[in-house]
Amino acid sequence: MTSFYAQYGTFAVLVVVGCALYAVIMLASRIMRPTVPSPQKLTTYECGVEAVGSGWSQTNIRYYIFAFLFVIFDVEAIFLFPWAVIVSDLDATTAISPTFAIVAMFLFVLTLLEGLAYAWKKGVLKWD
Amino acid sequence: MTGLDVVFVLVGLLTAAGAVLTVTSKNLVHAALALAVTLAGIAGVFLVLHADFLALVQLVVYVGAVAVLFLFGLMLTRAPIGREALDSQNRGLALAVSGGLFVVLSTLIVLAFGDVRVDAMTGPGIDVIGIAIFAVWVLPFELLSMLLLAALIGAIVLARREDGESGEEAEVTRIEVGDPPINESDGPPAEVAGDGQAELPAGSGGGGQA
Repeated sequence: MTSFYAQYGTFAVLVVVGCALYAVIMLASRIMRPTVPSPQKLTTYECGVEAVGSGWSQTNIRYYIFAFLFVIFDVEAIFLFPWAVIVSDLDATTAISPTFAIVAMFLFVLTLLEGLAYAWKKGVLKWD
Repeated sequence: MTGLDVVFVLVGLLTAAGAVLTVTSKNLVHAALALAVTLAGIAGVFLVLHADFLALVQLVVYVGAVAVLFLFGLMLTRAPIGREALDSQNRGLALAVSGGLFVVLSTLIVLAFGDVRVDAMTGPGIDVIGIAIFAVWVLPFELLSMLLLAALIGAIVLARREDGESGEEAEVTRIEVGDPPINESDGPPAEVAGDGQAELPAGSGGGGQA
């Protein structure tokens, strides 16, 4: 149990230190920099073409298929984690043989690769 | 164990702050990002409760996938975003419903598990789950890949662009008599039968933009 919290505690400390580093750097630059605000500094380009419209615009519907492909392979990745944890510990003495685990995961990934091949064949991945 | 309690309370406060920000934000995209913070906070709660695989699933599926789908849904449908201020008229009702739900759920949890003492939080590690998947549940695991494949192919069939359909112009264009409808060969049969001019929603044929 101590090992569990020790491991993730290290990770949590890393996250906290990362956030603190960001905060300290931003705060230090805010303290040290001179503050001379002017409306020109808030424009998109200080010199150049005037920006037209707003930065918020409707994205193309075709991005959605990429988001969906990401979600599918995201769910696949979930099942890779427990496999990756156990696969190096398997040998002839364990309940599962290493060959079996590798073949099972190979079938799983291959089935999803079929989907990727289908998407490729249908030209979904091509932007034309 | 007190150190864990402190971490639990801190993570819980972060989650609650994200949740409050989600419902009070005037900007839809900011609300979606605050929702991602809330879901990540729930992953932290799982981690403190010694459920690391659950935390991982929460992080990958909810923060990764569901938040991405939310953001895409917003950017695809609610454009232009950020212009209009969100102001629901049902604020009082929503507060009453969520407050009532909170009271009921917390009362139930306290009544059910209030006198249960857990000295050491332990649970099956990721390795136990992995062994269980590959020793017992191999067939459902492989069936799951077929399910994901079916979802993938279904999404492609629904969202795929038909050939010759531009999918770019969504506004109604006016077509004069005599102009043969170009690029509409697989669209709905155009009602350009003789009368002055017909309105054709370009690119709406074939369910290509489902």
